[in-house]
Amino acid sequence: MSRAPQLKALVLIAPLLVFLGVFFVWPLVTVISQAISDPAISRVLPRTASAISGWNGQGLPGAEVQAALRADMAANTDEMAMGDVIRRLNASKSGFRSLMGKTVTALKESPDKPLAEIDKRWGDTAYWLAIRENASPYTDAYLLESVDLERGSDGSIQAKPAGSSANGAIILRTLWTGALVTLCCLLIGLPYAMVTASVTGWKRALLLGAVLLPLWTSLLVRTAAWMILLQENGLINQALMGLGLTNAPLALIYNRFGVVLAMTHVLLPFMVLPIYSVLLTVPGNLMGAAASLGAHPVRAFLRVLLPLSLRGVISGMLLVFMSAIGYYITPALIGGATDQMISSVIAFYATGSANWSMAAALGLILLVLTLVLYALYNRLSREPGQMG
Amino acid sequence: MKAAKALYATLIVIFLVAPLLVILPLAFTSSAFLTYPIPAFSFRWFSELANNATWNRAILNSAIIASSTTVLATLLGTLAALGLRSRDLYLKNQLRTLFLLPMVVPAVVLGVGMQAMFVRLGINSTYFSVIVAHSVIALPFVVISVSGALAGVDRRVERAAESLGASPWRVFRLVTLPLAMPGVLSGAALAFATSLDEVVLTLFVAGPNQRTLARQMFSTLRENISPAIASAAFIIIMGTIVIAAALLLARLAPARQKARAKKAAALAQDTVS
Repeated sequence: MSRAPQLKALVLIAPLLVFLGVFFVWPLVTVISQAISDPAISRVLPRTASAISGWNGQGLPGAEVQAALRADMAANTDEMAMGDVIRRLNASKSGFRSLMGKTVTALKESPDKPLAEIDKRWGDTAYWLAIRENASPYTDAYLLESVDLERGSDGSIQAKPAGSSANGAIILRTLWTGALVTLCCLLIGLPYAMVTASVTGWKRALLLGAVLLPLWTSLLVRTAAWMILLQENGLINQALMGLGLTNAPLALIYNRFGVVLAMTHVLLPFMVLPIYSVLLTVPGNLMGAAASLGAHPVRAFLRVLLPLSLRGVISGMLLVFMSAIGYYITPALIGGATDQMISSVIAFYATGSANWSMAAALGLILLVLTLVLYALYNRLSREPGQMG
Repeated sequence: MKAAKALYATLIVIFLVAPLLVILPLAFTSSAFLTYPIPAFSFRWFSELANNATWNRAILNSAIIASSTTVLATLLGTLAALGLRSRDLYLKNQLRTLFLLPMVVPAVVLGVGMQAMFVRLGINSTYFSVIVAHSVIALPFVVISVSGALAGVDRRVERAAESLGASPWRVFRLVTLPLAMPGVLSGAALAFATSLDEVVLTLFVAGPNQRTLARQMFSTLRENISPAIASAAFIIIMGTIVIAAALLLARLAPARQKARAKKAAALAQDTVS
């Protein structure tokens, strides 16, 4: 345990560590801080924000708070930022727009005039409460909004009025689509992995190659291929009509069916490979032993092979689900307007409507969900033999 | 039972492979539509790609960005993989997990964060921002690939070289690196393929001047499905095949070297005796 090799290893690792720290960890920290920060008011009215935090909300705040507000308003030179503050305050307590306008004008003429003399509304506790409520540089408003919740006027968390936000529905749709894709991958992938493990030679090479080839091919190319196959006059519709199974082309693309089909194709390798690698460790004569003891093949499968392959099955399911809920390209190209998942909504908020805080809040939810699933997966793959 | 198994396997193999086979012939269609049957064989859409300024630029951008990404990711990833070999490195498993994490984090989330950060630094929509973004998600492949190759390197060979008086740099250059080379090369190939196919991060961190081939394909697919897509897909698939071939050659190279070394040893034996 000399120190020299340790130091050498650190020197070798340092460049990547710095690189990822700056260009991977920092962006993610930016997402987190963007999702919970709300600097509008604390930046324009810094003295007020710190002074009002000591006020207990009863009666009127003391003279030092009022002096701080006067000083902040006199010091402000950024009209746009002030406009932002007024809009925000007005949203919490209507009447703030005219009150602030009047106060700004009055303070320009006589900076020392007491606030209550400028407008008697400054004697109303509700206005000061609105300032206190918005003064914190942090907010949970965006995170709450991304799951269709909001804070009521009394500060308690409540559901948003039905129909006012689609975020909750989109998160549910994302989870549902992910679950459907995982189920399809499981139903196709489990038997396929079992067949692959049960054959040898060129057959096994062929079956494995068929799984690895899509994994090597560009995701974009695979999605484009499905668009060509599924389009109105694509090969699948041509075949169905040629066989006389249908008279008019079926709607296969720009709907949920197309999304689930294409995503199943894209993610199937992630289900097959973990199951296959676990099955390789199962002795080949177990099924024969079960049969010789009189077990029906179905019973032998359920009681012997399935429990032994369970670790691979769960790994595969976690991997597929985790990847599916973050997918952007395939739903964006093959889905219709009602098939868009959380990633599309994040991209829309960020690039379409420049609502960075909402993009970051939804992104944070997706990030946490993915990391939790990954931690589970990691745990599972690190402790062989703990499951099943 | 056996026939059912064979039928099932055949069907799934078709499901997995057919979509990839369907798109290739369409790159050579003379029709204006991406449909079968193909009326006549033609290079029309390849010349469309070659003569259209937007596609041209996109192909050039992809070449620049993918090769820069490959160099950067391979360099950083190989160094880190060498460092991760150290047995008593503090927090080794945590570091390894951190290095693999870019593969797991949803690209859209990373894209939003990168865009916000690059805009704040005033370097968004530059070649630098795109190359860096691609490198971040290409790195895990290099780390995995090189670590795998290094795991197969016998430490005793390096110690032998050391004990014969070779400096650490000489040991690395003449022993460790040649033995790990297949892993380095396949890591580089994977980094190149990752950059070539990247769309989501590119949407966030690239401007109109850094449009890559994949990004251009993505926006074309959103507007209309033209056979130019199939030709672009053909280029990407060919790119992948060329990389896979290079990889295969790299795997064969050590075998050839080993054979050469054996021959040299035999010759030396002859000379001595």
